[in-house]
Amino acid sequence: MRYLRPNTAAEAAQSLADEPGVTRVLAGGTDVLVQLKAGMVEPDLIVDIKHIDGIRSITAEAGGFRIGAAVAGAELGAHAGVKALWPGVVEAFELIGSTQVQGRCTMAGNLCNGSPAADSVPALVAAGAVARIVGPKGTRDVPVRDIPTGPGKLSLTKGEIITSILLPARPPRSGDAYLRFIPRTEMDIAVASAGVSLTLDAAGKITAAAVALGAVAPTVRLVEAASAAIIGTKLDDAALSNLMQAASAACSPIDDKRGTIAFRTQVAGVLAKRAALIAYSRAGGSK
Amino acid sequence: MMDTGHKRIFKVVGTRPPRPDGIDKVTGRAQYGADVSAPGMLTGRILRSPHAHAEIVSIDTSAAEALPGVKAVVTSKDFVFQDDDFFRDVQENCMATAKALYDGHAVAAVAAVSPEVAKAALKLIKVTYKQLPHVTDVDLAMRPDAPVVQDGRSLETVPAGMSANVTHHSEFGHGDLASGFAKADVIVERSFTTAATHQGYIEPHACLAAMNADGRADLWCCTQGQYNVRTLCAALLGLEASQLRVTASEIGGGFGGKTTVFIEPVALALSRKSGKPVKIVMTRDEVFKATGPTVTSSIDVKIGMTRDGRITAGEAHLRYSGGAFPSGTVDMGGQAAFAAYDLAAVRTFGWNALTNRPKEAAYRAPGAPQAIYAVESVIDELCQNLNLDPLDTRLKNAAKKGTLSSYGPTFDDIGLIATLEAAKKHPHYTAPLAAGVGRGLSAGFWFNFGGNTCVTMNINTDGTVSVTEGNPDIGGSRASISMMAAEELGVPYDKIRTIIADTASLGHNDVTDGSRVTFAVGLATIKAAQDAIAKMCARAAKLWGIDAEAVEWVDGAAVPAGPNAGKFPPMSLAEIAAVSFQTGGPIAGHHEFHADGAGVSFGVHLCDVAVDRETGATKVLRYTVFQDAGRAVHPAYVEGQMQGGAVQGIGWALNEEYIYGADGRLQNAGFLDYRVPVASDLPPIDTVILEIPNPGHPYGVRGVGETPIVPPLAALSNAVSRAVGVRMQSLPMSPPRILAAVMAHDAKV
Repeated sequence: MRYLRPNTAAEAAQSLADEPGVTRVLAGGTDVLVQLKAGMVEPDLIVDIKHIDGIRSITAEAGGFRIGAAVAGAELGAHAGVKALWPGVVEAFELIGSTQVQGRCTMAGNLCNGSPAADSVPALVAAGAVARIVGPKGTRDVPVRDIPTGPGKLSLTKGEIITSILLPARPPRSGDAYLRFIPRTEMDIAVASAGVSLTLDAAGKITAAAVALGAVAPTVRLVEAASAAIIGTKLDDAALSNLMQAASAACSPIDDKRGTIAFRTQVAGVLAKRAALIAYSRAGGSK
Repeated sequence: MMDTGHKRIFKVVGTRPPRPDGIDKVTGRAQYGADVSAPGMLTGRILRSPHAHAEIVSIDTSAAEALPGVKAVVTSKDFVFQDDDFFRDVQENCMATAKALYDGHAVAAVAAVSPEVAKAALKLIKVTYKQLPHVTDVDLAMRPDAPVVQDGRSLETVPAGMSANVTHHSEFGHGDLASGFAKADVIVERSFTTAATHQGYIEPHACLAAMNADGRADLWCCTQGQYNVRTLCAALLGLEASQLRVTASEIGGGFGGKTTVFIEPVALALSRKSGKPVKIVMTRDEVFKATGPTVTSSIDVKIGMTRDGRITAGEAHLRYSGGAFPSGTVDMGGQAAFAAYDLAAVRTFGWNALTNRPKEAAYRAPGAPQAIYAVESVIDELCQNLNLDPLDTRLKNAAKKGTLSSYGPTFDDIGLIATLEAAKKHPHYTAPLAAGVGRGLSAGFWFNFGGNTCVTMNINTDGTVSVTEGNPDIGGSRASISMMAAEELGVPYDKIRTIIADTASLGHNDVTDGSRVTFAVGLATIKAAQDAIAKMCARAAKLWGIDAEAVEWVDGAAVPAGPNAGKFPPMSLAEIAAVSFQTGGPIAGHHEFHADGAGVSFGVHLCDVAVDRETGATKVLRYTVFQDAGRAVHPAYVEGQMQGGAVQGIGWALNEEYIYGADGRLQNAGFLDYRVPVASDLPPIDTVILEIPNPGHPYGVRGVGETPIVPPLAALSNAVSRAVGVRMQSLPMSPPRILAAVMAHDAKV
């Protein structure tokens, strides 16, 4: 097994592209090291991207923030600007792992691990976040929702790495929130989850909304019908009921050791409702 | 809460000195099983069956043996054939012969110069399996058409015509059930299931074995009983006991799960074959798959009650599976099920069935939590049906001194009524309940053991005392034994150090189990102190020129017994010890015996829970443990036992379970998906210690370590059932299970 620590994204991409064997990209390592220890993967090449210039910084950009691919959870959680603009994304990211894991784990890594249960991904999708990808053929920007294609599968091609994620600017009177269900209070993986982002008009009526569900389908699911159920409303009981139904209807989960189909389907709706209420309140709406 | 019936005034017992192992543990100096190393040591690794049930057609180890760096490969052929069923089962569990009986069953092992080479060697061992149909559910395993896990293992107690998986049947009780049920105003009959749970100790099994060419061997391992390890390993390897010295390491949790062997005989066999020391450390995955979880159970309980809350009859049918090997744990379930109650008619019927699961090991009060969960759930439902107070109802039926117990003996002094009354007057019981919150309670019981015990006490010439005992300290026994020695000798606690001997340095001691150590080793320590005191009195008598009988021991010193004995100033332990070489040589006390008289222990747990009706999530809001400790030698450790048992029981009740797939393979062999509670899941666990002295111990000590895991299962289930308005009948009450019950209930309303 070879270990490389390139200083540029282009160099990292080229090394990964040139390696004929199994490769892994190492950022925080909170997934890769666990997989190595468990014998789930035996890579021929590990490329550590933490030393790429700028990859650990958070920079303001066009009213939003660009989050470097090696920014750890604890670092984002301490960034007042991002927390104020996208509190739901930050709270989702901060739910990953333990305090120790928070010192290492990254949103880009969470995304690239490809788990349908990844905590930060539904919040990023609801936020309309965009990943910047560097590959052997250059740089491209892709919405986060288009990155996962199935459990453990991504739309990235060989040699491509994510170098940053852009959280866009947003209108005033906007709010977002993320909730997950786990059987414990921490140190666990989502059995179902929901990220909601919405914007209100001056009267408190929802003018735009995005509802993304995790752990209830092979990939994160952006549910248009759920958004439609609350746009134009003030989250009255009928809207919430419609939201729950739309969210549950969008689920196609599996039965496994963490939860049943019926459980995930029901709880995804409940979480969407509860996350919407929090996002509504954060946007300045009152009920 | 302290009783006043026991006259003795204690100076040390009942205080809370710092724990003797505390500094080593918090500074990382404590030597656990994996911390021991030897020059030239090899890494041992074990190859395990990926199948739930398979015939082992062949094992080809030649490619592994040819790999550079591999020093030995062993299979079942490297162990001595065992005639005795008990030893053969232990051996078969350590290394499969003809069949792999569960996912994770060991089939071969290697010793190599590095972990990497050992891992590569495992991949080169070619095992040809023929897969067989499997069964992991106890009720399915009892069906006549079930796949047979092992044939020919049924005892004569099992009626003909049952599945060969049914190995054991037992009955306990007295009185006439039919007439008892005829007297009832209400009868409730319910069925329950509980999942297999693991002790979840933090330290995985680890050992280092070194066998020399002359056949002498040393073994260092984390265990609850080094003598039992010696007995088992000596048999499996064909060694004499004197040639195998076993040293117990510091232990990172046991809870019963480290009372047998898994890797130790394998490491010895690898060391014998390679001629080098071999260390084996289990991974967490191996701990879950191939050590000993609890039984799984399926239980039917029927109880009749009068309108005013008197139980007229109780009946239970208990079906347990201890995995792929015969187990008698159901006996303890059958005996414990109704032990808390004074009943005219009671009977339990127990069955054990084989399944393709790992061989059960002990886990805190083995067999009792499951049975008492079922009984206490039905009593709670009867209380709801009859609108009776659950504590008053239990008080009305409580066993007391003179009660013919449901399992045979007549109780001596016991603390159940005092414990129930303490719960009744505690503010928790009368605190108002918020909407949606349920309050549950349960009584619990454990027998407690005594057993073979041996203690030596050396009086050092500087006036300090070294106590040598043979039971690994899993619950604070070094502190409590030092305290009892200090109490009896009349010297300060800090003058005493208690160590745990290897098997060559002290006579046999039974395993640290059955909550026996503070009782039995404590009793042996008191007797050894009395032996040393007699010798010290004789030395003083010799110096004073009077008869030894004319000297007595008061406050840590020899004094003349009465005015006729002569006038001499008291001679302290230190003074006698300082001149011991001039008065006859070193002074030591010793005691060896089979301890009887372990007093049973009762507990009552009370808890409040809130259940999220939309997700099925349970939050434990308040929890209080009441327990009779007989005499709390070191109350902080007693409280720790009560809290620890409650926490393990809460995990068992809410989330912990072995989950098997349709392929019979374990789905959750790790702490991510085998969910023990984390700190933030739990409220503070409040404790109330009762002290109703055990007549079988001079200080009144009862074992306290196991009783506290018994009541939480029903306490939680009763609280959740009352919170959601649905009687829960399966553990764990995981959120999907609760949500399904709530949705089914709401759909009917």
